[in-house]
Amino acid sequence: MPSLKDLKNRIESVKNTRKITKAMQMVAAAKLRRAQDSAEASRPYTERFNAVLGALASANAAGSGGPQLLVGTGKDQTHLLVLMTAERGLCGGFNSNIAKLAKAHALKLLEQGKTVKIITVGKKGRDVVKRDLGEHFVDHIDLSEIKSIRYTDAQAISKSILERFTAGEFDVATLFYSKFVNVVTQIPTAQRVIPASFDDNESTKTESVNYEYEPTEEEILADLLPRGVGTQIFAALLENGASEQGARMSAMDNATRNAGDMIDKLTIQYNRSRQAVITNELIEIISGAEAL
Amino acid sequence: MQVDVVSPEKLLFSSEAISVEIPGADGDMTAMANHAPLITTLRPGVLRVVQEKDTSEYIVTRGFAELGQGVSVLAEKAVLKADFDKKMFDELVVVAEESLEAAKANMTGEAVDMASKFLSDFNILGESLGFK
Repeated sequence: MPSLKDLKNRIESVKNTRKITKAMQMVAAAKLRRAQDSAEASRPYTERFNAVLGALASANAAGSGGPQLLVGTGKDQTHLLVLMTAERGLCGGFNSNIAKLAKAHALKLLEQGKTVKIITVGKKGRDVVKRDLGEHFVDHIDLSEIKSIRYTDAQAISKSILERFTAGEFDVATLFYSKFVNVVTQIPTAQRVIPASFDDNESTKTESVNYEYEPTEEEILADLLPRGVGTQIFAALLENGASEQGARMSAMDNATRNAGDMIDKLTIQYNRSRQAVITNELIEIISGAEAL
Repeated sequence: MQVDVVSPEKLLFSSEAISVEIPGADGDMTAMANHAPLITTLRPGVLRVVQEKDTSEYIVTRGFAELGQGVSVLAEKAVLKADFDKKMFDELVVVAEESLEAAKANMTGEAVDMASKFLSDFNILGESLGFK
């Protein structure tokens, strides 16, 4: 049985914890709003870009000999996994869910005898990869200094991926990130970026129009495909940012509530033991008086 | 005609307009309503959107314009001309110079030509804006 003093200390410390989690929740809520806003602001660009690129790609994919970024290298041997996670923890299952998906994907590929290379974006993903799949880790891209993600950050990542692709270091690249649905739901997603893949419904929308091209169709395609990778990475980073804050917000909300429950329980226990001490003292006094 | 000017970070312009002057890769063009469907890449330059009462100008680099029902301009970097200053210009020139160097070092023919055209487009833009 803990003494009254111990209980009092514990209640105090849980109260402090609750204060911290509450503050973190509010910070996450404010950041979530900003992240959601920037994710939304990028959507018109991404959607239209993909629609045009999709229309171009479907017109070009039929003939062989298209750009490698579109049709692939013709092999399926080396896979590059780009694991995008948060720089910080305390956001519920957010990081581990993405890492779990990527790990399952990697293990499946390894079973099929493929080569797997992993690039991580975000410290938390790197920690998991280094621990479990250390020999496949090739590079880490650090975003810890960056407060709000800009397009140039995505460009830097896409540049390093494209350089590897041109050097023939891999055949297929897949992004792993979390799609933001709402504050309580974030869906870990795998998205193939090289060779390019498009949502069918987006590309069929514009297919009916016969465009003229200036300069030629091939030149435009060759110009747009590398940028498509950057656009997709940018969209993924923003989705990930919103998901992270959403996950953290609900995790911290839970933590705050749990701390509250714990305080209630401890307070009851404290009051009971205080009562017990008083009762004990009374019994002693009364029995002492009776003995006289 | 509906005109949208979009960069990855935000939607800069979305409204009705009379015409749009586009700095296309193969030359400037002006698009008005009912233009034939066309997709063109952009060179660094000034994009001018003419409305009934207003004309707005944007500096655009690297992107493309889609002319269909309306006009959508998707530029990797798009800034209001009034907000575009010497510092931003210099930064872009440095990037263009670097990519030219990189192209010279690693690639041949066409890529070098494209990079040097990109840089010279910037220089022309800089001159016309009085940054040179």
